Amino acid sequence: MASNKKYWKSVEELNENSSIVEALQSNEFVEQIPVDAFLGDKENLSNSSTSRRDFLKYVGFSTAAASLAACEGPVIKSIPYVVQPEEIIPGVADYYATTIADGYDFANILIKTREGRPIKVENNTTVGAVTGANARVHASVLSLYDNLRLKNPKINKKEATWNEVHAKVKASLVEAKAKGGQVVVLTNTTASPSTDKLISDLATKYTNVKHIIYDAISDSNALDAFQAVYGFRGLANYNFADADTIVSVGADFLGDWQGGGYDAGYAKGRVPKNGKMSKHIQIEANMSLAGANADKRIPLTIANQKLALVKLYNAVTGSNVSVNSVGALDKEVEKAAQQLKAAGSKGVVVTGLDDFDAQYLVLGINLALKSEAFNPSDAKLTRKGDAKAVAQLVADMNAGKVHTLIMSGVNPVYTLANSKEFVAGLGKVKLSVSFSTKEDETAVKTTIAAAASHYLESWNDVAITRSNYSIAQPTIKPLFNTKQFQEALLSWNDNATPYYDFLKGFAATNLGGKSWNQAVHDGFAVTPAGNVTAQAGNFGASAAKLSTAKSNGLDLVLYSKVGMGDGQQANNPWLQEFPDPITRVSWDNYVTVSKADAEKYKLENFNVANGGLNGSYVSIKVGNATLENVPVIIQPGQAAGTIGLAFGYGRKEALKDEMQTGVNAYTLYANGNANQTASVTLTEGEHEFACVQLQRTLMGRGDIVKDTTLSIFNTANEAGDKEIYNPTPVVSLDHKEVAATSVDLWTSFDRTTGHHFNLSIDLNACTGCGACVIACHAENNVPVVGKTEVRRSRDMHWLRIDRYYSSEETFSGDIVKKVSSKGLTETVSTLQEMEDPSANPQVVFQPVMCQHCNHAPCETVCPVAATSHSRQGQNHMAYNRCVGTRYCANNCPYKVRRFNWFLYNKNDEFDYHMNDDLGRMVLNPDVNVRSRGVMEKCSMCIQMTQATILKAKKDGKEVGKDDFQTACSAACTSGAMIFGDVNNKESDVAQLIEDDRMYHLLESIGTKPNVMYHVKVRNDK
Amino acid sequence: MKKLGNPKSFSKTIFSLAFFTMFALGVSAQEAVAAAAPTAVAAAPATGSGDPVKGKELFNTNCAACHKLDAKMTGPALRGVGDKYDKAWLYKWIKNSSDLIKSGDAKAVKVYEEFAKANMTAFPQLSNGDIDNIIAYTMEVAPAAEAPKTAVGAAVGDKTEGGVSNNLILGVLAFVLGILVFMLLTVKRLLKNVIESKGLEVVEAPKGLPFWKAFVKNQFLMVVTAILFLLISAYFMYGYFMQIGVDQGYEPIQPIHYSHKIHAGENGIDCKYCHSSARVSKHSGIPSLNVCMNCHKNIAEFQGSKDSTYVEYTKEFYTGEIQKLYDAVGWDKATQKYTGKTKPVKWVRIHNLPDFVYFNHAQHVTVGGIECQKCHGEVQTFEVMKQAQPLTMGWCINCHRETNVKVEDNGYYKKIHEQLSKKLGVSKLTAAQMGGLECGKCHY
Repeated sequence: MASNKKYWKSVEELNENSSIVEALQSNEFVEQIPVDAFLGDKENLSNSSTSRRDFLKYVGFSTAAASLAACEGPVIKSIPYVVQPEEIIPGVADYYATTIADGYDFANILIKTREGRPIKVENNTTVGAVTGANARVHASVLSLYDNLRLKNPKINKKEATWNEVHAKVKASLVEAKAKGGQVVVLTNTTASPSTDKLISDLATKYTNVKHIIYDAISDSNALDAFQAVYGFRGLANYNFADADTIVSVGADFLGDWQGGGYDAGYAKGRVPKNGKMSKHIQIEANMSLAGANADKRIPLTIANQKLALVKLYNAVTGSNVSVNSVGALDKEVEKAAQQLKAAGSKGVVVTGLDDFDAQYLVLGINLALKSEAFNPSDAKLTRKGDAKAVAQLVADMNAGKVHTLIMSGVNPVYTLANSKEFVAGLGKVKLSVSFSTKEDETAVKTTIAAAASHYLESWNDVAITRSNYSIAQPTIKPLFNTKQFQEALLSWNDNATPYYDFLKGFAATNLGGKSWNQAVHDGFAVTPAGNVTAQAGNFGASAAKLSTAKSNGLDLVLYSKVGMGDGQQANNPWLQEFPDPITRVSWDNYVTVSKADAEKYKLENFNVANGGLNGSYVSIKVGNATLENVPVIIQPGQAAGTIGLAFGYGRKEALKDEMQTGVNAYTLYANGNANQTASVTLTEGEHEFACVQLQRTLMGRGDIVKDTTLSIFNTANEAGDKEIYNPTPVVSLDHKEVAATSVDLWTSFDRTTGHHFNLSIDLNACTGCGACVIACHAENNVPVVGKTEVRRSRDMHWLRIDRYYSSEETFSGDIVKKVSSKGLTETVSTLQEMEDPSANPQVVFQPVMCQHCNHAPCETVCPVAATSHSRQGQNHMAYNRCVGTRYCANNCPYKVRRFNWFLYNKNDEFDYHMNDDLGRMVLNPDVNVRSRGVMEKCSMCIQMTQATILKAKKDGKEVGKDDFQTACSAACTSGAMIFGDVNNKESDVAQLIEDDRMYHLLESIGTKPNVMYHVKVRNDK
Repeated sequence: MKKLGNPKSFSKTIFSLAFFTMFALGVSAQEAVAAAAPTAVAAAPATGSGDPVKGKELFNTNCAACHKLDAKMTGPALRGVGDKYDKAWLYKWIKNSSDLIKSGDAKAVKVYEEFAKANMTAFPQLSNGDIDNIIAYTMEVAPAAEAPKTAVGAAVGDKTEGGVSNNLILGVLAFVLGILVFMLLTVKRLLKNVIESKGLEVVEAPKGLPFWKAFVKNQFLMVVTAILFLLISAYFMYGYFMQIGVDQGYEPIQPIHYSHKIHAGENGIDCKYCHSSARVSKHSGIPSLNVCMNCHKNIAEFQGSKDSTYVEYTKEFYTGEIQKLYDAVGWDKATQKYTGKTKPVKWVRIHNLPDFVYFNHAQHVTVGGIECQKCHGEVQTFEVMKQAQPLTMGWCINCHRETNVKVEDNGYYKKIHEQLSKKLGVSKLTAAQMGGLECGKCHY
């Protein structure tokens, strides 16, 4: 019997009247293939001197020649030193302690050098060091090798010698002195006492010299408030480990708020110990890192945040400043205020509101609480900028009052909202000098573009806090004809002392008993900070002022992304490709809007067929300034009535074409205030984002990220049953439910001998900061693939930090909703609903890298055995063996394998650091640079574990209990990632694997991973 | 009438078959590698209180830069030094010679004057026991001049022995085939005799096809030939492809003719004196030129005589090469000063591992205690440095399978060795058993 099945050839056949279907019935192709255009020209073809036969001959000959030539090995030359420096042994890494101080990031760090090349940034773990190297600090080593650095000083855009530069500047300084013209030294916050001394020396010599400090992202209001209370410019320090209740009003203290670096202290209090952990309440507009980690997040507009602050003040001090309700969330704010009051000295309040009264009031509240976490005596000295003085400078310049303008480490033409006025003013200045590592927006406009040395090429001293005196030492000779600002100052001061000697002499009194050599070795010295006394202030008046705050229009909250900061490293491909921890978008900035506002303004986000994320464009207007074509991201958790925009993007000068991404938020940064009132209008077009994560919610998959509340956690622990919050998944065996961990498809090997590496990730301690992602990039030569490739989901990050939102109020709510839906249609519609995150969701970060499964699904499917398991627990990847079938990636349940779709080094199509000799200097010589067509993935830093083992072997000792490290675990300052040998029972990781909170990702599939996670516990009290 | 085939064509077939067989056998014989491992020279019996074996080691690391046993160098020849001076004096001299000279000791001053007032480096780190060992070594009787020659002779003997066995097999084969041919010829003559004696008429076969045409027409033979041809060419193709990228025997001309034979062989300088980073680093390191100058500051010209066994070029040639070093490092021989003008030497790298292989010298040299010669060949006999081993993965792996890990006196291995050897039921562990065959140990 004939079959009556109908075979469809295309979807077009659905349409009965489709002309295409008809065309296809008679022709092979819908359109005529234009072969005649080429082959029809008989005359031309026959006259051609190259016949088809010739062509084939050429092809054959060149193929044969190429294959013959390939058989000949190249001659490789080796050039040893003439005189080998004592400290350099080829193949052995040296570490130098130094300090980064680029005006935005400050930290004591170690620099790993190989054969004299700095290749990696590590945390300085010496007791007393200011740690907390973030993603940007880790990436800063690549900025050293930026091919677009200013390589020579330039006068009027022509290369000049340093003597010419010094002569010209000195002449101008002398002229200014003679004519009584003003000399202005405009610097970023150097926090360098010796530089300050040199500038004051300059002022003594040439009289009329003014030093103005300018922070691109200003903390002026916070500094003014602190000065009003303590009498000097600084920022209060906080140790969140000492706080039981943390209330943050708009302060992203896990991001860049007031210089950041609070992760370690915060994370310490967040890991439940003896049934206790700190409580974190975040009141904010944008979804920030701190907000994402909070136990309770209250999204409010700027005005309402101010009201909330007054409520906190009322509750803590018992004052009675009359204040309006903040709306629907008023109860939550009142509850937070009561909790703060109850915490007493164990409570702390911080704020990121860019408002003098708000900052002032917070100091008042903390003083009233007698907060233990509040530490004004060890104040931070890393922000000193004065927005008012800068505004005055622009006015003075335009008035023709400024004779000579000397700038260092600043880029006001890019970072000032009134950049045009500044440029106009520059024209009226007799001589302008800009010390910069790049020929940036400012350096192209000044008379002299002075090539400044990178911090890794310079000596320096930095007082990060009042008790810290850090030394920065060069880790490489200047790569180009550059000089550091201090050397130039010495020269203008007619001081013949080299800066090194000057610094050594200057530092002698600041080292607190340490010898110079010891201080350089450690990278810092601790000096007693001394007490500070708070002056009595009228905090009530500030509260009263704040209580009148009202919103008019949309509140624009300008912020900085952990990946880009103030934008000085915009030409750093690692940072450009670093996905933002919250939005997971790389290579862009964008305006974040709430779902409610998106509907109001008809703004859209949607995924296109290839998985790429698209969004609408808006133009944002603040006062008279308009920023066109700003792409939109609809951000769950964004307070309705607010929008957010990140600094650091939209640069054009000294940037490769690929890096010229995003829009310049500084144009909206009127008066250096991060809180502005704005209006938005939808404009034409769609923006293509490079977003690395498609899924926004977990849709109730509770076994991927296990999360529970402190009360459940405590009750369960009292009952001694971890299954309540950390259930072992079950599978069916012989029609019986059994624990998944007890079933095994494979024969198990005995893994008790030798080392067995495990990585532990505590979801409670992980703040999602992403320092590990960049550290992994640097350690493992992970290539940068560019925006279009990331958009195609071909990102190469070995370590990704998944971010999930809850679609109900909480993740547990998600599970309840999913479980309670009955029947097919209801389940389908419920699941569809659950794809969308809630308006104010819970957020969780989950770092995922290769799980190094003991029973790895990838290993069994590799046809060439390129990936195999080691006795030490690592899943090996032999790149030279890989033929690129990608079976392994398809069979990996964790999606952690990355394929080299192209050759990413020495390829003009991928013009990032691996395409020039300079940028390749950052490569780690111990790790292979992969070629096109091979699979790669996290190796659990096998080069590092092997190096540790070799060191122990050479010393003839057993490996110390916590000597093993990976790049990510070493970079993690919050202690979320702990790496070690589980066969060494004394190691931290051996204890962590026994912890009740421990679980493995997708345990039900029986892969037996060597990476473990710890259940996230939220404080619901 | 009986028809008889043409015996001539049959014998031709046999011949051609025999030819092919021989060819194939000859090829497989090429495979046999003549392995001539020189036997270690047995240590001479210890004399006096010191241990001459340890002494030799100490001598090579500490003294050889300036002293030879039988010839003057920067310092005097040391053979029989124990007879010339008493021990107590030698202890003092070696530990701090300048003090001894200052004290006005007559013997000390004499030596000092004799050797152009060059101060001998003080060795306070050497114990009296160490010095005893060194003296014991210097007191050894000089080996007979032909000693090295016999060693070479032995090695040659080994080789010829291997050659004989191969020749023997071939000879026997040739003999067997010869007999076969002889037998066939005999049979043919016999048949002819029979025919003649019986008066049978030989039917003259119509003029047959020429041999090659018959061959082509014989399908069976064609198939066999084709298969043989394919197999043989496949064998050679395989051999050709497998040697691509294998640079065993690579012996490039270097910018300076540096003779390992003179330095490491004749002068007995320890490998790790120059390649010091082999002890601590992944690279063995090409020594920087300041290391050369440690000795060559004093050795400006080649002093070996032309008829010495180890010299392959003229004295002037070697002195010229030393001058090249001076030019590179910027040393002015006349003024005995550095000019500061350097020309770094561009050596041609001989041992090139691909980028995807991680090899660490320290692991093998310091931890494993492997002799440099194991992978680099008898370098002390190389006039020109070459790659002695194939450096292929199979070669690495083989060694990992066969070599026992040196676990003695290494605290790192104590626990692992105990557990693993118990688990595997062996007393010695090979590198492979320790995980030395895992891909990721070398590829990352």
